[in-house]
Parts: sequence; structure tokens; C-alpha cells
Amino acid sequence: MSVLELNKSNFDETIAAGDTLVDFWAVWCGPCKMQSPIVDAFAASQNTIKVAKVNVDEEMELAQRYGIMAIPTLIAFRDGQVINKKTGLSSAEEIEAMFR
Amino acid sequence: MQETSFDIIVLGGGPAGISAALTARARGRSVLVISNPAGTSSLWKAHRIDNYPGMTGMSGSEMLEKMTAELQALEIPSITGRATGVMPMGKSFMVSVGTDVYTAKSLILATGSAQPKAYPGETELLGRGVSYCATCDGMFYRGKNVAVIGTSTDAEEEADFLRKIGCQVEFFDRARAKNYEILGGERVSALRADGAEYPVDGVFILRDTVASGVLLPSLALEGGHIAVDRGMKTSVAGVFAAGDCTGRPYQIAKAVGEGNIAALGADAYIKENGS
Repeated sequence: MSVLELNKSNFDETIAAGDTLVDFWAVWCGPCKMQSPIVDAFAASQNTIKVAKVNVDEEMELAQRYGIMAIPTLIAFRDGQVINKKTGLSSAEEIEAMFR
Repeated sequence: MQETSFDIIVLGGGPAGISAALTARARGRSVLVISNPAGTSSLWKAHRIDNYPGMTGMSGSEMLEKMTAELQALEIPSITGRATGVMPMGKSFMVSVGTDVYTAKSLILATGSAQPKAYPGETELLGRGVSYCATCDGMFYRGKNVAVIGTSTDAEEEADFLRKIGCQVEFFDRARAKNYEILGGERVSALRADGAEYPVDGVFILRDTVASGVLLPSLALEGGHIAVDRGMKTSVAGVFAAGDCTGRPYQIAKAVGEGNIAALGADAYIKENGS
């Protein structure tokens, strides 16, 4: 599945149904640059979980809404609800485990 | 643009790291050395060394300068900075240093004897108010109170960065307090420093060395040191370790020897994996 770019206007409708992984990141964050290709590979490897990214510089409101205090932070949503949140670098296996 | 992809990345610029880099280069590998400023090395502080062949009676700083000059003579690239994360990516590794990322086929950890112990509350509240990187996470604390526990050489600079972007900073160095505890539930609420409590939203902990277990969580440790075999292999394939970070004795000769073995191991590992 391809990776979606989310902002304030399309965020809620995207996470409303099913499973969604959201990667909160910024261009100036070194560890985010390491997280990004892992998230991309995860997206490409499966078809059930939607995968999206939020640039916290451009979407400060979304970052605040979910209490992001460090990046990279990954949040797993199921039908609009947060089921898991993980800060710091995550491997593909750890991402998968967030939805179990 | 600076090259960001190498055969081998060496973390640490002490005797073990330098020895590893020289050996790797002699084997025809491209190498990057990432290290703290020389003044933070434990060797730098040694007054006089009498048991290293060929350099008897030298001070630690003289010896380290002499060794570092060999890296420079061979034009082995080195950068000053602190690696904050390592991610295995199958056949390669990514290493983040501040806002930059470097990749290598094999890693050699030569990070020295300083293995920081986490403060109470640190691990529990990591990412929920505790951060190791001011430039990464500072913006989330604009207009808020934060504490900086700064024992690293660049801590003052990072504290200034936080002030500049609008944080109210309480700065703690070794002279100000010794014992810390980070308090909070869902998020950080306060820092306790030598018994006094400071209400803060964030605590930035800036050490010279990031604990091995934080740097690469899958790395097996033994008594606080990185577990290695005779070939300086760690528990993670493609990652080798050398010098004080693998345990006692904390001696230059041992570090140099281990650095050599680690580099030969890394070279063989890269070959086995097809290049």
C-alpha cells in the first residue's frame, strides 16, 4: 500500500475506519530519516494497514492533539482510536506488533 | 555533498576506534569514524603512560594526538558528534548523528568505558518528556519549562538552542547536582535534583555517550559491557566491539588489539555478505 501524506483536513477521515499507522516526523530529525524507509517498506509489505505520515512542522495542531513530545513517534489507530503509541526508532517487527 | 555511505562505521575515536579504522583502511575498506571531541576520551586525561610499547612516558593527550594524526595522514574521514541511534536494515546499518544519517555495511563500537546508568524515571518517561536530543525534540517544548542535565561537552550549546527557540531552561551540570530523579506519570511533571524539586514539562539528558542498550536495543550486554566473542563479534550480526566498552582491563594495548581484530572481523563479514 502506498504511503499517504496527512494534514488537518484529511486526517480524521483517513483514520476513522480500519487500521492506520501514522509516522510523525520532521525534516531536521536524524532518527526520523532512519524511520522513514522502514515505514515505507512496511507499507509496501502488506495490504491491510493504511500507512501515513504527518510532518509535525506543518501540522503542529495534530502533533499537539496526540501529545507528541518527541519524534519519530508512531501511532497505531484502529477505527479512529489510538491502540498503541511508540516513540523512538522502531523496526518492522515492532511496527507489526503494534497492531496485534 | 559529503559521502554518507561507507563499508564500515567506527563509533569512537580512542585507541580501539583508531586501530580499527587503520586496519579497515589497510584492508581497502571505506571507513568513517564518529567520535566525541578528543578531550572527552579517558585516555586524554591520563597523566603518563608507561606500558605501551614504543611510546613510553607519554601523556595520554600526546598519545591520542599522535594516534589521531595517523587517521588524518591517511585522510580517513571522521566527524565529531554523538551517535544517538543505530538501526539494522538487513544488509546495512543506519547511524544517526544529530540531524544526519550515515549508512554502513558493518559497525565497530569502540565507545569507551563510560556506560551511563539511567536515572530513576528516565527509561520509563523516555519520549514522554525525557529526551536525548535538544535539536530533535526542542520545538515540542516552546514556551515551556525544561531542565537540561548536561554532562556532555556540547550541553551548553544545546541548552542555548533551547533558550533560543523559546524554552525556559534550568541547566544542571556536575557542579550543580549529583543525584537526579525524573518524576511523572503519563508525562514528566518534575525533576528532583539533590532533593530539590523543579516542576518541568521536559528533561533533556545530554551525556557524552548514549548507553549501548539505548543505541542498539538488540545488543547483548554482560555486566554492563558489550558482550563479545574472541573475534570481537557482538550478539548482532555485522556489529563488532572493541576496547573499554567490552570490559576490563581498561588498557591501551588491549584496546588497540581488539580494534584490530574487530576490523578484520568486519572486513570478513562484508566479504561473506557479497562485497
